[in-house]
Amino acid sequence: MGDPILSVRDVHKAFGALKASDGVSLELRAGEIHALIGPNGAGKSTLIQQIAGGLAPDSGTVEFVGRDISGTSTAQRARLGLARTFQISALAMQFTVLENVVLGLVGERGHVFRFFRPVMKDAAYLDPAHAILKRVGLHDVAHMRTAELSHGQRRQLEVAVALTLAPKAFLMDEPMAGLGADGSKALTQLLADLKTHAPILLVEHDMDAVFALADRISVLVYGKIIATGTVDAIRANPEVRAAYLGDGEIPA
Amino acid sequence: MLRETHVNALILLALLAVPLGALVLDQPFIITLATKVTILALAGVGLNLALGQGGLVSFGHAIFFGLGGYSMGILASHAQSFTPLMEVPFVIPGTNLMPVIWIVAIAVSCLAALVVGALSLRTSGVYFIMVTLAFGQMFYYFAISWPAYGGEDGLSIYVRNQFPGLNTLVPIQFFGLCFAVLCAVLFLVSRLNKSAFGLALTGAHYSPVRAMSVGIEVTRLRLVAFVISGGITGLAGALFADLNRFVSPTMFSWHTSGEIIIFIILGGVARLCGPIAGAAAYIILEQYLGGFSEYWQIYLGLILLFVVLFAQGGLIGSLSKREIVRG
Repeated sequence: MGDPILSVRDVHKAFGALKASDGVSLELRAGEIHALIGPNGAGKSTLIQQIAGGLAPDSGTVEFVGRDISGTSTAQRARLGLARTFQISALAMQFTVLENVVLGLVGERGHVFRFFRPVMKDAAYLDPAHAILKRVGLHDVAHMRTAELSHGQRRQLEVAVALTLAPKAFLMDEPMAGLGADGSKALTQLLADLKTHAPILLVEHDMDAVFALADRISVLVYGKIIATGTVDAIRANPEVRAAYLGDGEIPA
Repeated sequence: MLRETHVNALILLALLAVPLGALVLDQPFIITLATKVTILALAGVGLNLALGQGGLVSFGHAIFFGLGGYSMGILASHAQSFTPLMEVPFVIPGTNLMPVIWIVAIAVSCLAALVVGALSLRTSGVYFIMVTLAFGQMFYYFAISWPAYGGEDGLSIYVRNQFPGLNTLVPIQFFGLCFAVLCAVLFLVSRLNKSAFGLALTGAHYSPVRAMSVGIEVTRLRLVAFVISGGITGLAGALFADLNRFVSPTMFSWHTSGEIIIFIILGGVARLCGPIAGAAAYIILEQYLGGFSEYWQIYLGLILLFVVLFAQGGLIGSLSKREIVRG
């Protein structure tokens, strides 16, 4: 395992009496897929929002590529290369697939205040956009409206947009949600391929995918990480079995 | 069905043909109406950038329309009375030169849009509408209660301001000038819409969360769009004041803000030439329904309801194919 790219250090966040993050620390290291699992209401989304921006922790820090990013905006974190995919697709549905990808490139390059050159005719954007679409397997539908894509294709497009950020880490919030077996399998393959590019912090309910993909797993329960370790260690951990996986059989 | 660009070309040709026809038939009133459509359309083109492309429903664009109008009124009134605008610490004279007035109108409107936008863009949705409306009313009541430039009675300018090489008092020449300004602005706005800025602005409208998560500072982006939008509407205000040779606080009223929104909805939200079609339809309805009934706005209301419920692309949307793919 490589150096830590993303470090969450002793992060606290409370909403009234509810401690959504109660001293969370975790590290995402180069080359790994680190899965974050936990029952509903464990504070996974709150944690993701504090990492991606949008929610400021009450105390504690988030470090990314050696910088404390706790006080920066979502957009600044994105430009640093923290690429997020959303649980509920946040794509611009009225845009074409290609436009969504070019939008990502415009943001990443900080070209928002270019007023005159037609962006959708500019090879400086189109060439990398097409290359990214090819990589995720959406090249054939580049000119289709995003709203017309299947659920699985939207998931792929989420990944494509994340790729525009020249990411140094991915933050993926339930990328498998709502996918059928085939779609889930294809995306699992894509993620396994992506982790060589940048490490992935993966929040996921699909245990098959988690156990197949993850190098390490952290288990979040009531705002606390009760265990971090390899797939085998987590499976064998009695505390995890009791708190999260229940007494039942753990899927193989 | 036609392509939207063809519909746009037809609309511009019609806007040019009507006053030329009126010139041949010696109907100066029609030329004046066409000029009014041109200027109101320009105000709508300005708002459409914020409302259509950016999804920022500003109910306060009368601020910029009024500021443009008063920029013209104040400068021209000092020019006609040969008194300087201010003497301390340095002398600023009035002027009756349109290019100078336009620059001042745009600069003042942009500055106001910067302040109004910086404060109101902290909110969104209904709150944004209400905050911009509140700012509009502040300007309106300020204009009413400021006696130096006519207060409630407004301010008359007896001679239309000058443009080098033209006799602006000849209706067709003034129309031509306004039409040229509209075309120039349309060209710039169409480039803007296709640029990286336009893509980002529309993207931030469709999905602000997405825009932020790809590194776009959405509030700053919207503020820039709001400032450009205000500047265009301000320029329209200066022309409108010159058309009437009169400015009054009515230019700042929320009716004016509402009318500019109506042009856009009638013509087609986020359509380049939507405001032209909308302003033309509005003025035609006002003329003909107005002659037919004092309560013509009831019929306007019914038409608006119909557009909102059944024809959301407005006039342009009904006449053209939807073209999604850019470039």
